[in-house]
Amino acid sequence: MSLLELRKLNKHFGGLHVTNSVDLTLQAGEIHCLIGPNGAGKSTLFRLILGEHHPGSGDILFAGENITALKSFARIHRGLSVKFQVPGVFKGLSVRQNLEIALQSRHRGEELEAEIDRLLTFLGLESEQAQVAGNLSHGQKQWLEIGMAVSLKPRLLLLDEPTAGMSPEETYMTGEMVQRLNADGMTVLAIEHDMAFVRQVAHRVTVLHLGQVFAQGSIDEIVADERVAAIYLGQAHA
Amino acid sequence: MTGLLAMFRRLEGPQTVGRGPAFWGLFALVLAAALAYPLFSDGYTVGNTVYFFVWVFIALSLCLIWGYGGSLSFGQTAFFGIAGYGYGIFTINFGSAYGFTLLALVMAVGIAALFAVLLGYFMFFGRIAGVFLGIVTLAVTLMLERFMAQTAGPEWRIGSARLNGFNGMSAMPPLTIPWPGEPIVLFADIGLYYLVLGLLVLVYLALRILMNSSFGNVIVAIRENPERAEMLGYDIRKYQLITFVIGAALAGLSGVLYTVWGQYITPSSMGMTAAALPLIWVAVGGRSDLTSTVIGTLVVLAAFQALTIYGSQYALVFMGVLLVLTVLIAPNGLVLGVMNWLGRIAARLTQRAG
Repeated sequence: MSLLELRKLNKHFGGLHVTNSVDLTLQAGEIHCLIGPNGAGKSTLFRLILGEHHPGSGDILFAGENITALKSFARIHRGLSVKFQVPGVFKGLSVRQNLEIALQSRHRGEELEAEIDRLLTFLGLESEQAQVAGNLSHGQKQWLEIGMAVSLKPRLLLLDEPTAGMSPEETYMTGEMVQRLNADGMTVLAIEHDMAFVRQVAHRVTVLHLGQVFAQGSIDEIVADERVAAIYLGQAHA
Repeated sequence: MTGLLAMFRRLEGPQTVGRGPAFWGLFALVLAAALAYPLFSDGYTVGNTVYFFVWVFIALSLCLIWGYGGSLSFGQTAFFGIAGYGYGIFTINFGSAYGFTLLALVMAVGIAALFAVLLGYFMFFGRIAGVFLGIVTLAVTLMLERFMAQTAGPEWRIGSARLNGFNGMSAMPPLTIPWPGEPIVLFADIGLYYLVLGLLVLVYLALRILMNSSFGNVIVAIRENPERAEMLGYDIRKYQLITFVIGAALAGLSGVLYTVWGQYITPSSMGMTAAALPLIWVAVGGRSDLTSTVIGTLVVLAAFQALTIYGSQYALVFMGVLLVLTVLIAPNGLVLGVMNWLGRIAARLTQRAG
């Protein structure tokens, strides 16, 4: 069953086609990675899915429903959730309060407190809970935001460069976290530059280039594709 | 019953400075002093204190919208003026019998809130934010000032209430409570003092509860990162609008009480100077905390009045200097800075004792 379906999605800023007739289908339960050189239109595609940008033409279907005209918060209510590229935590508030804000619409009272504790343990941030989120390390901020995104119990989790700025160990741990979430039934779409991460988690990979779907397949197929190597991996390996 | 208990627990929380027996003991002490104060003072001084209290409501409105919500409204005086004039128009037309002045107070505040619904709808649902919000709200209050200033002619009247242009409206009846025998008239001394003090305590505590509730959580989340707040599923426009309307009602309450206090209201109450001053009180006190805002406003107002004796121009220059100093030394507010410092000391002392 397809969970997310993008049909001929177009977005241009003036004369620049940022996404050009993008067709992409996500199966429920898969971990799908979106790769491509800078400026390929990956983040714009996320913003289109989230409703922060509206497409010039084309449709976005989520669980069979056309959500192209819905506002962002309404899409979140349908079961979408996101971790942004630049960590979007509430910097001036404590770690605990960050999670409380994410969880409070689903839980109340003691149940809310218990749920926050559970999530703190999951993220390994128990000892940082009273700290102001702005004081966390970059990696911890990334995890906190992933935690907030996950706490909504989304059907589809969008991750924009979840491992940016992380050490190889942290990257690996993030990969394990994503796999655990996926095992619980969460579908994941991740933008990622780190090939180790992509190899670790991705069931399928889509390469975006100049706003168009350039190639699609398993990581091995993508790596073996010489055209992809020419535009992207070739530069990385050089 | 448990709901009520949960509500009172929200008097303390991460969004408000001050917790525990020490804080509430001090609060009770200050309140007791405020209650006893008129017994040891003369009518004029008490009336002057009422004047200070009246402004605290508009300061709290700005604290809510700007300090907690992150939207700088430069035009809280618009709601102040609308409600002030509204009270005048109602009571000059319908008098003060049967407790009508109290109804007029509520209706005038309601009109200010309704105006805020309209203005706020276009601003927040039109996604106006940041500095543009300040510009729009400032333009609105200045426009209202200009408009009211040109209503001097006899044709500008609503019923029997003349608007009187630049001179403003006066001689509206004071708040009157119907009472068997003789109605109680709240002139600008002890009577009005206790009413305004009561309202102040009520509003202060209610705002503490509101800001430490899940609603308050969303409001500060929007201040910190509106995009993230929306991507957690909150319709931030709705939260911003509700906050704006509550703030407008508080500014309106300030306006009615001011009108009641002096029995006059003029267009200059919506002018540039009037619009800028609350910003200074709130910034100097500490915009992101209710208690700091109340203390800061009262202290700055008292200092301002003391300086006015030497000339109001100097006092205004001093206000400007004070704002610059605040921004340079304690951008989050001088009073808040001192309170946080005291809090750290208290925490260290209890740690040592425990």
